Amino acid sequence: MSNFEQSVIERDDPAPGLTLMRGSSLATVEHADARYASVELQQAAERAARVSLRAQIARLEREHSAIVAERFPHICPSPIAMPAGREHGPALLDLGELERVRDRLAGAVQELRARALERLEHERRAREQLQRMRLEPGRYKFARLPVRDLGEGVCGVWEVRPRLGLIGMLAGWWELKLSSGCPLPRGLRSMRGPG
Amino acid sequence: MLGWRAPEIEQELPELQLLIGEAQHARAQPLTGASPADVRQRLSELSDRFRGARAVAIRREPVPAAYRVFFRHIGLEPDTVRTPIEAAILERMVQGGFPSRGLLEDVLLVALVDTGVPVWALDAEAVDGQLGIRASHDGERLGRSADAPVLPAGRLVVADASQALAVLFGELAPGHEPHSRTRCVKLFAVQVAGVPSVSAQEALWGCRAALQQR
Repeated sequence: MSNFEQSVIERDDPAPGLTLMRGSSLATVEHADARYASVELQQAAERAARVSLRAQIARLEREHSAIVAERFPHICPSPIAMPAGREHGPALLDLGELERVRDRLAGAVQELRARALERLEHERRAREQLQRMRLEPGRYKFARLPVRDLGEGVCGVWEVRPRLGLIGMLAGWWELKLSSGCPLPRGLRSMRGPG
Repeated sequence: MLGWRAPEIEQELPELQLLIGEAQHARAQPLTGASPADVRQRLSELSDRFRGARAVAIRREPVPAAYRVFFRHIGLEPDTVRTPIEAAILERMVQGGFPSRGLLEDVLLVALVDTGVPVWALDAEAVDGQLGIRASHDGERLGRSADAPVLPAGRLVVADASQALAVLFGELAPGHEPHSRTRCVKLFAVQVAGVPSVSAQEALWGCRAALQQR
């Protein structure tokens, strides 16, 4: 048998040691593939998590804006602290940073909701008080209730006053009156003089 | 025309787009000079369109709301670093109107207030190749001038083929802004998720039309 023939035989029928070596390298390749697939899977999962966090942030931001727009000026937004080191510029946020943004925004929205509920309760109590003042003005002499407390504007005050001044005070004629609202931008006509 | 985006940005913020346009300045006034009467008139009309109630409610309108959401997505707090439209409206409330600040600034402001989409302008001669959005490299400078500030790594920037020229929603590179002798400006608008393409295109078109008007 020539050397060439021998090498052909060895190639076709490899030695047991050679088979083991090939098997081992195959196992290594399979292991690397699995590790690569696992890394890819993890990256895809993180990407999906970031997409989900961005959607949550968008929903929370819309709610935050809605509360502020509906309840202003009684509820004002306070700036939310951003992740450390990111205050001064735009950047692609990683998973942890997006989570922190989401958490802080969720906290702010929760606080705004609580303040909105408090405010609603305050307005409800003020409306009940106004109703009582309207029904029995004599029991609430000189009581004042700003319309701001009713959530109906920022200027104006409901006040229980005596009808016809001193006569009303002596006769017990009390009435509920609303002041004329916001001051004029140029001051009272009597103070401005002619023209 | 759409600008390029770095692959990581395309993957993470797929709806972020940079719209680019170019305008030849054809008016008699220099870009940094006083605005002509028609532009000042338009500013005055827009001033009347905004009252206090709308200034508060604007954060709920679709386009401004989209920019607020995007600001949060990129780590900006919109109640501290105002979105361009909210900053403009806040200034309108403080000043009692939109003050004229020169032709180019007024034209950009009109487009912003009309559409809600911010537009910026660069001196076209100072731009090398097409504009796009990417994150800044470590130690990279904002612009090509000698006194250009150094950017921290990872900052989102608008860049040309070789250099960062503007921080996204932030300042322009010194020396790259249009000046009194600029005849051609490169305009760019940033469109984010929730902003209709037609609004972004209208903002660019409005600027181009106003500058090219003779």
